[in-house]
Amino acid sequence: MKLKVLVCIKQVPDTNNVKIDKETGTLIRKGIKSILNPEDKNALEEALRLKDEIGDVFITVLSMGPNQASVVVKEAIAMGADRGILLSDRNFAGSDTWATSAILSSAINKIKEEDGLDLIFCGRQAIDGDTAQVGPQIAQHLKLPVISYVEELKYSENKVLVKRAIEDGHYIVECPTPVLLTAVKQLNTPRYPNMKRIFETFGENPERPIETWTAEDISLAKENMGLNGSPTRVKKIFTPSRKFEGEFLQGNLKEVARQLIVRLKERQII
Amino acid sequence: MAKSEKIIDKNIDISNYKGVWVIAEQRNSEVLNVAKELIGEARKLAKSVGSEVTAVLLGNKMDKWAEELIKYGADKVVYAEHKLLEVYTTDAYAKVIFELITSRNPEIVIFGATTIGRELAPTLSAKINTGLTADCTRLEIDLENSNLLQTRPAFGGNIMATIVCPNHRPQMCTVRPGVMEKSQYDESRSAKDKIEKITPTLSDNDIRAKVLKVEKGNMPEVALEEAPIIVSGGRGLGDAEGFKLIKKLADKLGGVVGSSRACVDCEWIDMAHQVGQTGKTVRPKLYVACGISGAIQHLAGMSDSECIVAINKNPEAPIFKIAHYGIVGDLYKVIPEILTALDNVEDILQAFKKLS
Ligand SMILES: Cc1cc2nc3c(=O)[nH]c(=O)nc-3n(C[C@H](O)[C@H](O)[C@H](O)COP(=O)(O)OP(=O)(O)OC[C@H]3O[C@@H](n4cnc5c(N)ncnc54)[C@H](O)[C@@H]3O)c2cc1C
Repeated sequence: MKLKVLVCIKQVPDTNNVKIDKETGTLIRKGIKSILNPEDKNALEEALRLKDEIGDVFITVLSMGPNQASVVVKEAIAMGADRGILLSDRNFAGSDTWATSAILSSAINKIKEEDGLDLIFCGRQAIDGDTAQVGPQIAQHLKLPVISYVEELKYSENKVLVKRAIEDGHYIVECPTPVLLTAVKQLNTPRYPNMKRIFETFGENPERPIETWTAEDISLAKENMGLNGSPTRVKKIFTPSRKFEGEFLQGNLKEVARQLIVRLKERQII
Repeated sequence: MAKSEKIIDKNIDISNYKGVWVIAEQRNSEVLNVAKELIGEARKLAKSVGSEVTAVLLGNKMDKWAEELIKYGADKVVYAEHKLLEVYTTDAYAKVIFELITSRNPEIVIFGATTIGRELAPTLSAKINTGLTADCTRLEIDLENSNLLQTRPAFGGNIMATIVCPNHRPQMCTVRPGVMEKSQYDESRSAKDKIEKITPTLSDNDIRAKVLKVEKGNMPEVALEEAPIIVSGGRGLGDAEGFKLIKKLADKLGGVVGSSRACVDCEWIDMAHQVGQTGKTVRPKLYVACGISGAIQHLAGMSDSECIVAINKNPEAPIFKIAHYGIVGDLYKVIPEILTALDNVEDILQAFKKLS
């Protein structure tokens, strides 16, 4: 029987290169690349790996975001996903993690009711927010079990065996499907998109056109979406303040080392 | 879900919610340090809203620890004891804590932002349908309306955001280990009548994701958060060998070795040593940064250290902006001089006394 897999993905600014406007404390978005969130790529790769291994696997990718986020959905299809859905609607704007997970799970529920679902993958966290909340929240909204920080996965007949990372080791966890799993980068090395599929997907008449769903396509009440549906609010954004100018120890290195010893002794550190 | 199903109720009366709760995480039946730090912070919050601190402990045969939590500053402890709570599972923990929260209505619930807290807390936020703020580095009470002000780094630590949860209760957040200060351990605080032990109804069927085995990593855990002195190396070391010199200085000072992420990425040192946004948060008495530029993500993990010494050959390196003492120079020349000086501390002090 066909294994049905869904992967949640997000388009994020490449925070490695984020610049902040020192005056206003806001993000300078100009010139910043948007990318497919790295751990979402690991999530997708794991679904693709299962497809390579088992063969009969159907992979749907789901993303919520503005229209331009269709790029990451196409990227996922070029990597090997079978179906791509973009959830895009003005009503979704300003959603916190609770509202985001409510919207995503409402869409997932629809897919699940139509076709069934065995596995749901998310990246552990997105590099713009680093919260790691959306995965477990989706699982809870759908009343499914969750296993996060997945470093190794074995699927066999209606159950998964998972190596889940903790600070100083692992838990070996077993769970029947359906289950939601969140991927960390140790899980695998994502593949590059296939050239032929890139042309197919980004070309004029794509073989697998992506679907766009709006608030009308899901059953969640509008008052649970977007800024209004979000329990949390951003009250203030600021750049971290740096403390003070310290003291440069002057002189040749021998003198510098001696001064340091004296200072540390004065502070009763040594 | 039926069409237009509404799953969150906005019209709750927030004045019915009282008390600051700390979910005291344990591993191998020992309470984690982060729980003690959270109790320290919760006490400050409880004081400004005029309420009490309750530590919630889930485990098996942990009565001694329940008492310890009182000595660490909790006013009350709710201890849920069950064989199935000995090892964490999301299903069992979420069920028990959900029942406690929804029957007792705390105003604030704080979790450690550990690999487990970061799974349990969002599960509960969706189960209760309330807000959650991840990885907070500062918590305060807004004196206007007694909302919890939850400050956290965003966009890889480039900006800080203060988050509130105005219309839903409880207000929930996770806080990273090492960020808050423990309150004083007080031997004289009596646990008598302060511990409420409960036996939750739980069965194997409640747990879908079952933990079959707990594997200890083979890397010894580096107790960075506990160390009073940390000597950290960065990309300026040039290679993995450089950590030998760092270790020498750390040993001589009685400290431990830390690292920037650059060195972890280069596989010069294990991830357990990494300090920063995606590593550990530390606040030692002395932090020596050697060949570390001071990227914002690194500073996020160490800028609260009591005394920071930076060694870097570039006088413009951002690390100097937060350093108390800056030494411009090649670390391979500076550190040996410091090692020599550390062998002659008394002589140096004598010489300085004569001068002044
Ligand atoms: C989302 C995200 C999370 C991150 N999390 C973390 C984190 O948790 N921790 C972290 O550390 N980084 C983190 N980073 C990476 C961070 O941005 C920096 O890239 C990293 O901290 C740089 O490490 P470094 O200072 O060792 O290297 P560099 O920035 O390359 O600095 C090397 C320094 O060494 C000096 N130097 C070179 N040779 C010598 C010498 N012989 N003697 C003395 N000085 C010398 C140079 O002048 C330079 O200042 C994160 C980045 C992102 C995007």
